[in-house]
Amino acid sequence: MSVLVYTENWDGKFKKLSFELVSYASKVAEMLNTTATALSIGNVEEAELQKLGNFGVKKIIHARIDGLNILDNQAYTKTIADIATKEGATVLVLSNNNTGKALAPRLSVRLKAGIGSGVGKLPLGVDPFVVYKRAYSGNAFAHLTIKTPIRILTLAQNSFGLIEKNAGAALENLSVQVDGTLVKTTVKEVQKLTGKILLTDADIVVSGGRGMKSPDNWGPLVELADLLGAATACSRPVSDEGWRGHEEHTGQTGKIIAPILYIAIGISGATQHLAGVSSSKYIVAVNTDKDAPIFEAAQFGIVGDAQKVLPKLVEAVKEMKAR
Amino acid sequence: MKLLVCISNVPDTTTKVKFVDDNKKFDETGVQWVINPWDELSLTRALEMKDDPASGIKTVTIAHVGSATAEPTIRKALAIGADDAIRVNAVPADAYYVASQLAEVVRTEKFDLVMCGIESSDHNGSLVGGMLAELLDFPSVSAVSYLKIENGQAIINREIDGGKEIVSVPFPFVAIVQKGIAKEPRIAAMRGIMMARTKPIKVVEPVNIESFTEVTGFEMPKPRAACRFIDAENVKQLIEVLQNEAKVI
Ligand SMILES: Cc1cc2nc3c(=O)[nH]c(=O)nc-3n(C[C@H](O)[C@H](O)[C@H](O)COP(=O)(O)OP(=O)(O)OC[C@H]3O[C@@H](n4cnc5c(N)ncnc54)[C@H](O)[C@@H]3O)c2cc1C
Repeated sequence: MSVLVYTENWDGKFKKLSFELVSYASKVAEMLNTTATALSIGNVEEAELQKLGNFGVKKIIHARIDGLNILDNQAYTKTIADIATKEGATVLVLSNNNTGKALAPRLSVRLKAGIGSGVGKLPLGVDPFVVYKRAYSGNAFAHLTIKTPIRILTLAQNSFGLIEKNAGAALENLSVQVDGTLVKTTVKEVQKLTGKILLTDADIVVSGGRGMKSPDNWGPLVELADLLGAATACSRPVSDEGWRGHEEHTGQTGKIIAPILYIAIGISGATQHLAGVSSSKYIVAVNTDKDAPIFEAAQFGIVGDAQKVLPKLVEAVKEMKAR
Repeated sequence: MKLLVCISNVPDTTTKVKFVDDNKKFDETGVQWVINPWDELSLTRALEMKDDPASGIKTVTIAHVGSATAEPTIRKALAIGADDAIRVNAVPADAYYVASQLAEVVRTEKFDLVMCGIESSDHNGSLVGGMLAELLDFPSVSAVSYLKIENGQAIINREIDGGKEIVSVPFPFVAIVQKGIAKEPRIAAMRGIMMARTKPIKVVEPVNIESFTEVTGFEMPKPRAACRFIDAENVKQLIEVLQNEAKVI
């Protein structure tokens, strides 16, 4: 018995979400009186791999799939499932990000393992195994009982936090062969957004809605975000209109985020928008309409015109930084 | 080429979510049911592709696992433009149960491309598409924001953290689609609504499958504390509160 956590890497590096996953898996392992093992696939240097050991795992498996350097869902599923079986894993943990969403359901079928997806906290119990997960797009939470002997959990990003613990992790290197005919994906081109803080990774997010009035008004919003080290986001109509890129669209049909601070400027707070941001620790709203539903979700609010308030916020943050 | 679009029937996205039976069951009283938003976009893209003769798509079929009460949603999908529909007559127990029923449909009817939405807005699982692909041993591409078929080849954009990849996989495969796949959902025209009345909905009985999971209760989110308003003339105070009280900046 053990808990296996799959930690994706980005060009050989881990992110906060990787360490959060490992922290989570280690705590789940404690609940089951067992230990957690991290699995990394691809080219990652030893020093980077060792960082996973700071968050409670006992073992780190570094697997390389010969001749494969892209994500192929079938080859990855087979590799992870084989390692899980060999390790006797009874719980598998993945992120609820795009990669986790691509692999977890396939692993579920292969390992006959029920899934709790998008969990935000530790299981409510392990016998029976009950998880607490988002339902109805954030309007409720479900208690999901997983009936199978092997379970898969996908963790919502930024929902758990980091727990440092050095358990003295041992590193094991594995070279995996997969049958070439299994790999069906060809990647023709990769387009990366560079120099931007990723919305899903950010601790602070500054977001604009239709109340920003025009795509030309975004200057002070972006400046505020830069000063705070924040990512920028927007409501759906803003990205539909092409005022901002689609990668910024937040909400039920866009990105689901859980930053520590979400600043909503000129956003009404429709249910579908809140579905994507309601897990934020703090929500700040700026809106001309004191009855806008966003104020029901916010802890702090300013009733005022975005074009007047934003420059003042920028000034205030500059002053704060100068102090 | 035969295309299958899997459709989930969900409460309208503005529904005030409530539960009955000691918080064990979703309260369906007064609820409006709609096509899951991602599935609506998926269907729209499927029909856009079929409109282009170069895609080689001959038919777009809808599949739904659910009881007869979902028929209005299926008729709506037919009115939007799908050619026919298959309903597996069963209460969807969990994602694995649903995927297993859909797999049976695909095995029997032999589709070349299956499209699923990335999430359903009720259970937020993001599971059915991937499970279906594994059950069928088909390739799957997840987080698909663009899909086009040209000269018998699929051109697919898949979103990755911080960018996208242009990928290809051979047919048959499962495309799990998300935002961007179509701009606006296609709306049923009067003619479509008339035609939908006579389009076939084939009802098939489920195969025997044991679910993996079971929802044993619901909770409502904790109410948030009332909003503290800060005067628009005193914006500085907000920054002070965020820095010294909330300690988040
Ligand atoms: C199936 C479905 C899925 C959806 N998914 C999403 C989703 O994922 N994300 C999403 O965001 N939406 C989504 N929507 C749309 C959602 O219902 C709302 O229409 C949308 O969120 C509104 O965006 P908004 O707040 O920017 O605009 P509006 O609702 O137009 O609000 C603008 C706000 O700005 C305020 N304002 C106006 N002028 C100023 C000013 N000068 N200064 C300050 N404030 C000002 C107004 O008081 C108002 O509150 C979805 C809808 C459907 C039907």
